[in-house]
Amino acid sequence: MSQWVIRGLRSGIVTTAYPRSAETAAGVTPGLPVGGELGAQAAALVQRCPVHALQEAGGRVSVDYRRCVHCFRCARGVDSALAWQQSYEWGSRGEAAPQDSLGDPFRRSAHILVVDAGDCGACLNEVKQLNNPYYNMHRLGFFITPTPRHADVLLVVGPVTDHMRVALKKIYDAMPTPKRVVAVGACALTGGVFADSFVSAGGVHQVLPVDVEVPGNPPPPLAILHGLLVAVGRKPAASSTSVHAAAGRP
Amino acid sequence: MNRSELKNEIERAWPGVQCRLDAASGASEVACERAVLVDVCRRLFHEWGFGFAGLIVEEGAEAWLLRYVFYGERDAGRVCVLVSGPLAEQVFPSIAVKARIPAADWHEREAEDLFGVRFEGHPRLGDFVLHDDAWQEGVEPMRRGFDPEAALRNRLPHPDWRPRRIVQEAGAFVMPVGPKFSGVAESVHFELETVGEDVIRSWTRLFYKWRAVEKLAEGKTIDDALLLAERFAATTAFAHGLAFCQAVETVAGAETPARARILRVFLAELERLRQHAGAIREICESTALAVANSQAAMLEEELLRVSGELSGHRYLFGLLAPGGLLADLPTQACRTAQREASAAVARLDELERRLTISSSFLDRIEEVGIIRPHTARSYSLVGPVARASAFARDLRRAQPYSGYDEFEFEVPSEEEGDGYARLRVLFAEARQSVRIMEQAARALGEGGDVRAPVTPCAGAALGWAEAPRGATFHWVRLDQAGRIGRYRVMTPSFANWHSFHLAAEKFAFQDFPIILSTFDLSVAENDR
Repeated sequence: MSQWVIRGLRSGIVTTAYPRSAETAAGVTPGLPVGGELGAQAAALVQRCPVHALQEAGGRVSVDYRRCVHCFRCARGVDSALAWQQSYEWGSRGEAAPQDSLGDPFRRSAHILVVDAGDCGACLNEVKQLNNPYYNMHRLGFFITPTPRHADVLLVVGPVTDHMRVALKKIYDAMPTPKRVVAVGACALTGGVFADSFVSAGGVHQVLPVDVEVPGNPPPPLAILHGLLVAVGRKPAASSTSVHAAAGRP
Repeated sequence: MNRSELKNEIERAWPGVQCRLDAASGASEVACERAVLVDVCRRLFHEWGFGFAGLIVEEGAEAWLLRYVFYGERDAGRVCVLVSGPLAEQVFPSIAVKARIPAADWHEREAEDLFGVRFEGHPRLGDFVLHDDAWQEGVEPMRRGFDPEAALRNRLPHPDWRPRRIVQEAGAFVMPVGPKFSGVAESVHFELETVGEDVIRSWTRLFYKWRAVEKLAEGKTIDDALLLAERFAATTAFAHGLAFCQAVETVAGAETPARARILRVFLAELERLRQHAGAIREICESTALAVANSQAAMLEEELLRVSGELSGHRYLFGLLAPGGLLADLPTQACRTAQREASAAVARLDELERRLTISSSFLDRIEEVGIIRPHTARSYSLVGPVARASAFARDLRRAQPYSGYDEFEFEVPSEEEGDGYARLRVLFAEARQSVRIMEQAARALGEGGDVRAPVTPCAGAALGWAEAPRGATFHWVRLDQAGRIGRYRVMTPSFANWHSFHLAAEKFAFQDFPIILSTFDLSVAENDR
């Protein structure tokens, strides 16, 4: 057994400095497209987006991050592409009457219940990564709990399939107040590529009040971490729409 | 047995049955009547050694067309057994029961639920994809006449639905688990019946996550359907997207450029390596071996970062396109990624060495959750689960695609069929993956074309890939307008979940999560 202890100590500390300072390692985020001034090319580019995340007005393109599914069709295989920013602080307030963050008693200890409501596995896998040594969310006082009775935050992934609706509602009702709902991933926000169909609701907000939204398909662990920090009031919320950048990448 | 011997055998055994050899795709098509279907399938499966890949049901204008897909070793190729019947008459013989092919069991249940086709002799139709407590009888969502906007919206599962009890012993009880259980787990429901310590009977209820991907794809363009193929089970997005693209390319007769084929192999192996590291992490986690769990988790995260740095996305989204790749990857970046992958595999080897001398760990997975070779074969199991039970069929070797026959690698297999055998197969396959990546990185020249034009045309074809969890088959029919007419996905987890209860029964409760982790099953991949 001692060899495991030695192996563990030899690995040293690999944990990110985030949220104290920014994480700059490569490959920690897929990034998101930035809106831009594309002039005559704008309309054609908007057409390429399969999930209608792009809007165009007078040659300027803006991006609705809640819809983006990272298909890269606005960035690859096209002459005038949108620039992508390698950000990850994506947690934004819910669309309809979100509650404030949980506040002081929860700032350094919040218990999270994770519910899969039709997820493809990627969002869930990114949530799991939060427990790996690179992110180690325990150091920030976030704990995963298997029971709704202990949960302060309900983290939902997936577009909410009909077969999961009752389970999801029962879980929410079983949680004590105060509680917050964090919807993670494009599917949980807008249904993603599954949209709203005869078997799924097209987003958690159709079933429960959502307080914090984390866009991305899937959002990287740091974005989910940011969403949780927003839920407990340790980080300000981001905007769910792109700012109009000065110019697109040539 | 090779293809022409098979053709002769079939035409001699059943006069009047046509066996057509398709030279381009290497598939044999056997058109037969319902009367001989059972016999044809039985001999293919039991005498000629074919595995069962799946059942594809199509509703034509006037007739049902059922396509039973079998696949064998390299020379035998793939065999599609075609049988049709008038639309009004919805009855076909059950090959699961009458030809004793357990692998077809769930395919028939799914077809019954979604199309209303009945399979004579099958004892357990109903409550499968469509949960009985949520759907009224007689709704067949995959039929052409089904209106997805109709009055079915917002129906809810019955809140008083209760599990069934089979075991009738003094003190027997059912332990219901899920759909929400554990810390971070996919939604699935288990019923474990017990009289105390051991799980006497285990029953898995799936499809809580059914998103009707096959239905949603209908009428979409191939580019939009590709999004679904990549995203319905995104931990293995690249393999599924690849199988879909290959199906479309076969229909359109498109030849993928050489560089794109090599890059596809490279990325598919990177995905396998990352997924296997994740599977190993799950096994370490389920046995509560904290340091090993952390070590494997670090490797998984590092491989996710390598994928992200190389392709722009941690799960390799947005690179595949019908005809090749949407964007080229610089050769230099691939070689860097390959070096990082090689370093990760060296550390995986070190992890394996430590695990194999940790007796507390081995005690939990050795001789636990056993799948016998006979079961692996009769259930047509796939991937590492099958290969740990001496059923070593790998599509990269058996039915090469994307130029896999130009690479040197081994197909690891084990005999015992227990949790430890499955773990050893995962480690061995990770080593083979990096071996393929090294060859691919060397074979990459300095740039070149990565995408051939694809003009969608009417037709149908099967695409396949050896996904990290095993063989995946995507069957695509395009209509006159080049849109999806029918899309059928046959996934490795669908095949392997079918046998999971056999491994879980007779073992103690505390073994259950460990057996589950050694199977590396994806619910999303099963539920679609």
